[in-house]
Amino acid sequence: MMAAALSAGGILLGLLALAASLIWFERRLLGIWQDRWGPNRLGPLGLGQIFADMIKILSKDDWIPPFADRPVFILAPCVAMGVALMAFAIVPITPEFHIAADWNIGLLFFLAIMSLGVYAVMLGGWASNSKYALLGGMRASAQTITYEVFMGLALMGVVIQAGSFSLTQIVLAQREGWYIVPQFVGFVTFLIAGLAETHRLPLDLPEAEHELTAGFHTEYSGGKFGMFFIGEYAGLILIAGMLSTLFLGGWLAPFGLPEAPLLWFSLKTLLFIVLFILLRAALPRPRYDQLMGFGWKVMLPLTLLNTVLTGAFVVAGAQP
Amino acid sequence: MIRALWNGFTSQLISLWRVLRHSFSRKATIQYPEQRPDLPPRYRGRIVLTRDPDGEERCVSCNLCAVACPVDCIALQKTESEDGRWYPQWFRINFSRCIYCGLCEEACPTYAIQLTPDYEMAEYERRNLVYEKEDLLINGPGKYPGYSFYRQAGLAIHGKDKGEAANEAPPVDPKSLMP
Repeated sequence: MMAAALSAGGILLGLLALAASLIWFERRLLGIWQDRWGPNRLGPLGLGQIFADMIKILSKDDWIPPFADRPVFILAPCVAMGVALMAFAIVPITPEFHIAADWNIGLLFFLAIMSLGVYAVMLGGWASNSKYALLGGMRASAQTITYEVFMGLALMGVVIQAGSFSLTQIVLAQREGWYIVPQFVGFVTFLIAGLAETHRLPLDLPEAEHELTAGFHTEYSGGKFGMFFIGEYAGLILIAGMLSTLFLGGWLAPFGLPEAPLLWFSLKTLLFIVLFILLRAALPRPRYDQLMGFGWKVMLPLTLLNTVLTGAFVVAGAQP
Repeated sequence: MIRALWNGFTSQLISLWRVLRHSFSRKATIQYPEQRPDLPPRYRGRIVLTRDPDGEERCVSCNLCAVACPVDCIALQKTESEDGRWYPQWFRINFSRCIYCGLCEEACPTYAIQLTPDYEMAEYERRNLVYEKEDLLINGPGKYPGYSFYRQAGLAIHGKDKGEAANEAPPVDPKSLMP
């Protein structure tokens, strides 16, 4: 019990610290890919920027607009951050170091929590009572509904192959081979759905700053804005962690290299985080109707086909 | 449909790869206080007043620079030495207004006012950006080392009499031409 509480606390604190440092990490990487250096002045490698950013964002005036719906306005960033942290309960970081990874409905819990996340964005946009925020919130809900549908379906192939919703079981089932090979379609579709769910570029239409100033968090400032921010980066880590768990074998060592669960999990997650940042650096944002059309007309049929084919193969393989 | 999808997918992958390759490209940033940019010699920076090869001020306070200045940041007052040489009593450039267009340098008939490739002029107080004559005047001739206005002009000054300027014939006494 004590150990579980300790590891839960450790994961929580580590996640918050990681999410804060990701801001610096992303700025450095974006800089490098744009032939700049990024923030490299404060401390070694510019790492002091993390603390400077935190001090700045927390000491800024936290202003609630008089036209906002006060309780909901305060609730929304709490939901945003809480949801992202809650979902981490089911990520198996190592066989021992996790909170509830061997829960037999783990994946369903993850999907449910990800759907809850849209409340933060929608309520935030709604309670702000301004046109940009409302438009951002509306876009977010439509986008999340669209991409949620095939996010679940993309994972069904993995579930069919592993025969379990428990993430520990899914990782253990990948000992013969990672699911990125047989479930490549599922991997790509889940990656895109994850981008859409965490409102990362290129699918960040709810906060498209060129059109909507900042979308749903236009009216937010100070600590509450920081909570949205941290929630977003925690969501990014979560999706990266889920990708490595579901498709890259989680803590399993690749190519028969020595076992080092924490190291391998971190490396794989880092790989996906870098990929997400690269996507942000390289790809332009689609138009809104393109986004919706892509979700319904391309991704949904693709995931359905993938699910059916995986099911057929598993059933055919199970026949004596 | 399938073809469009495939083309879209590959083009996204190609742009990802192109951006990733930038990890190893040369950075455009110049890390300023440690690294300095290489400025061309004719870069338009801090304005100076130069002297002629004899060490005298080149400026003849003709006011053309002040007239040419589009933001009116140059002000000066003319005065004369006892041998008739004009020079500015005071000369003032307000660098908080100056846009470093170089029109004063183009207008100057004596090459006195020149722009230099120095740009490090930051100040904590705005009034320190107003440069007086003693801040502007340098000891050298700047870009045109051999040029001296009074050596070309016909005006008699101390150490150079009438007719001693370059390309100038000695004065003729008209009475000596009488038949």
